[in-house]
Amino acid sequence: MKYEAVIGLEVHAELSTESKIYCSCSAKFGAGINEHTCPVCTGMPGALPVLNKQVVHYAAKMGLATGCTVNRLCKSDRKNYFYPDLPKAYQISQFDVPICENGEVFFYVDGEKKSCRLERIHFEEDAGKLLHDEIDGTVVDFNRCGVPLIEMVTRPDLHSSAEAKEFLEMIKTTLSYLDICDCKMEEGSIRCDINVSIRPEGTTELGTRVEMKNVNTFSGAVRAIDYEIARQIDVVEHGGTIQQETRRWDDVKLKNTVMRTKEDAQDYRYFPDPDLIAVEIDDEWMKKIESEIPELPISRYERYLNEYGMTAMEARQLMDSFPKATLLDTAAASGRITPKAAANWILSDISKYLNDKEIELQDTKMTADKLVDMICLIEKGTISGAAGKKVLPALFETDETVEQIVERMGLKQVSDEGAILAIVQEVLAKNEKAVNDFKNGKNVTGFLVGQCMKASRGQGNPQIINKLLAQELAKL
Amino acid sequence: MELFKKTAAELSGMLKSKEISAVELAQDVLARTKAVDEQVGGYITVTEETALAQAAAVDAKRAAGEELSDLAGIPVAIKDNICTKGTLTTCASKMLYNFKPPYNATVMDKLAGQDVVITGKANMDEFAMGSSCENSAMHPTHNPHNLNCVPGGSSGGSAAVVASAQVPLALGSDTGGSIRQPASFCGVVGMKPTYGAVSRYGLVAFASSLDQIGPFGRSIEDAAMLLDAVTAYDPRHDSTSVKTPFEGGLRAGLNADIKGLKIGLPKEYFGEGISAPVREAVLKAAETYKALGAEVFEISLPLSEYALPIYYILSSAEASSNLARYDGVKYGYRTPNAGDDLIDLYVKSRSEGFGAEVQRRIMLGTYVLSSGYYDAYYKKARAAQRKIREEFAGAFEKCDVILTPVAPTTAYELGSKTADPLEMYAGDICTVSVNIAGLPGLVQPCGFDAANMPIGMQLIGPAFGEQTLLNAGLAFEQASGLKNIIAAL
Repeated sequence: MKYEAVIGLEVHAELSTESKIYCSCSAKFGAGINEHTCPVCTGMPGALPVLNKQVVHYAAKMGLATGCTVNRLCKSDRKNYFYPDLPKAYQISQFDVPICENGEVFFYVDGEKKSCRLERIHFEEDAGKLLHDEIDGTVVDFNRCGVPLIEMVTRPDLHSSAEAKEFLEMIKTTLSYLDICDCKMEEGSIRCDINVSIRPEGTTELGTRVEMKNVNTFSGAVRAIDYEIARQIDVVEHGGTIQQETRRWDDVKLKNTVMRTKEDAQDYRYFPDPDLIAVEIDDEWMKKIESEIPELPISRYERYLNEYGMTAMEARQLMDSFPKATLLDTAAASGRITPKAAANWILSDISKYLNDKEIELQDTKMTADKLVDMICLIEKGTISGAAGKKVLPALFETDETVEQIVERMGLKQVSDEGAILAIVQEVLAKNEKAVNDFKNGKNVTGFLVGQCMKASRGQGNPQIINKLLAQELAKL
Repeated sequence: MELFKKTAAELSGMLKSKEISAVELAQDVLARTKAVDEQVGGYITVTEETALAQAAAVDAKRAAGEELSDLAGIPVAIKDNICTKGTLTTCASKMLYNFKPPYNATVMDKLAGQDVVITGKANMDEFAMGSSCENSAMHPTHNPHNLNCVPGGSSGGSAAVVASAQVPLALGSDTGGSIRQPASFCGVVGMKPTYGAVSRYGLVAFASSLDQIGPFGRSIEDAAMLLDAVTAYDPRHDSTSVKTPFEGGLRAGLNADIKGLKIGLPKEYFGEGISAPVREAVLKAAETYKALGAEVFEISLPLSEYALPIYYILSSAEASSNLARYDGVKYGYRTPNAGDDLIDLYVKSRSEGFGAEVQRRIMLGTYVLSSGYYDAYYKKARAAQRKIREEFAGAFEKCDVILTPVAPTTAYELGSKTADPLEMYAGDICTVSVNIAGLPGLVQPCGFDAANMPIGMQLIGPAFGEQTLLNAGLAFEQASGLKNIIAAL
């Protein structure tokens, strides 16, 4: 029998706010153990939470970017359970009224447009971390405790690991476009739990689902999903039934094991947190949030394909980077160059420079104006394409205009035919051997052009040199 | 000079005129504690050294000509569930027997800013759960008026140290009557402010939506002084904090002219459950008010009968969550009897660290929040809470304040009610509605029973009606002369 997999995801993303969700401690990653803590985030007796409104702002932004309805009155609830990394023994989260509901995320899988509905997005606090290698025993590091998270819960709309991966990539790209998450997978900025069930192909009833936890990378998600689908098919094919349970994925051993069965399902005893009052997003605030939503990645991707005539790979590469896509769109909006010309530079030399230097575009001095100016100079023939490549580092590193750089580096192209003719004639005069070779039928054009470029100190317009050299050789 | 017998207002004047020094005053009240607290058991911790140092600092400031607050140099005792930086804050629980907070409650910062002298931490029912102070894991507190009787609770220690003149003022906390009932039992003034008027930051939570810090004193003016000192809008630390219309101005606003004040007597509060001496004393107070020109009439608050179950559902639900953090991992009591098993560590630390009443409420609260019971209990109680609020709002369209008894009886003997928790809970019948509705309540003495035990009365006001309550209280205090009552010890 053929089976169809049904997959739903719960994606947690850490929000890149300065301070934690309920106290003023830094939310930054990487401090010494328990350096970013205070009585509030360590749950000391009598300490009280005060909601960081930036969290509401960011969560609502993600909701708008994924087509959700935003609930204007944000309440908080307590999720009660015992674990040493949870100092209050409850997590402040949102239960029955999440900040965002009923969204939809679009993405492409092998050129085909797909979508996955979002049931909800809510905000909550992260827990601490247990470190088992620091001492003989366990150290609880509360630095991460109270770092704000949004949890995005999908409907069971995904049917393969490839779809799940593209969905996750689109969530990540969207978070980066909104500038609300630093998306550093290695620091655990984005994590997900995966629900998988199978059903005979062609049927619509949902099968018993299994939840998988401890999936920390997108490639890990692919492996975990493929494994779980295969496991479930194997169980069913051998006459077994799927148990509703939670399994832990081990990305080293490449298998999952039972963590909790349905019988040990926890009762979290959610109830409204009496320490927090509901926060209302008023019209003015809502307008501000709306105004901060840029053109979304999928829309840019489709524009690059359909309007700019790019290949899927080019469009994807540009979409994936908000700074690059923005550089392209701003450059194209100048109307002075073609989008394709800008895209070529961004995808080749600009990307190479950034990769080599291991820096981000937004951390350089590159601007769309500079890029456009440079391309225009090349198109006008003021500088050569090769000179453009020489100019490029200075565009990233200095505040000079393109003209100033060209001037300073002496890269202005000579297109004056009289001046170039003089150079050509001088080169022919000095290279008797080449001239003789030419007369004997050898192809020496390349050599002679090179000599002319050298004599012009690289500034001669190569097209004009080619033209005049051919003209002079023909006279011989 | 027996400074300890004076009110805070009197002492404030004497300190300002340099008739006495803060050190003399501190020495005097600390000597009183040495003389009587062995019998009373009002304190868990006496901070003699720091109190004397604070007093000396106040004197130095005054000598240097600094402008000081009205409370500068005045000794104040603090209930042991309010966090005091570097000083034991035990909540009268074995669970926090060694807990020294690395931070101050907002009220402590406020008091420090006004150069108040802190004399120590007062006894209470464990985690503020109880009505007799017998649930303290440390020791019971005795009623200074009759050492065989309870002082009330949970702020029994705070009430007792004020009633026994060990200190003119004390802070308590009130979740269902924990300031007002001990004030009534000990013959002192106690006030539960409007929810949100005083920051809860640093008050170890029992039931967050009901808890409120408030003052004890031996006069209306003294209670007003202390409430003025701690009222503070604190949005940076307490989301439920609100800006009050009276911030810091209650004492200055005192006015005993209450002609035309409309006082409602809810008939449900004077029924069968209320003992005759209490009912008669409160009704006599109503007569006094009439004589003072107030308009006194009967009203009805029919939902009052539901207040007790609503209170025990909501407060226990919140407590079960608030007290879950005491797990033996981070601070406080950790069982020496657990092996390597994490669950074993939790179970044993909590079973050994919490007393019976606390465990009872945690179980009750866990139950009412559990899947399948939430709707029947917690959700229904929240809905009923809204109804009670509406009922009070309706009542305050007819009257300015509501006059009721505080407790069904006067203070009873230690041990007489500990066998039956429900009987103990029933003693909160007159006070819990005020917390459920988030209203201010003022308690002051209005007489004595045949055994010469104090009887208190309760004035309930609309939200932020503190000034009206204190004015009405002052009028009665002046008319009755029931002020600065000190237990004979």
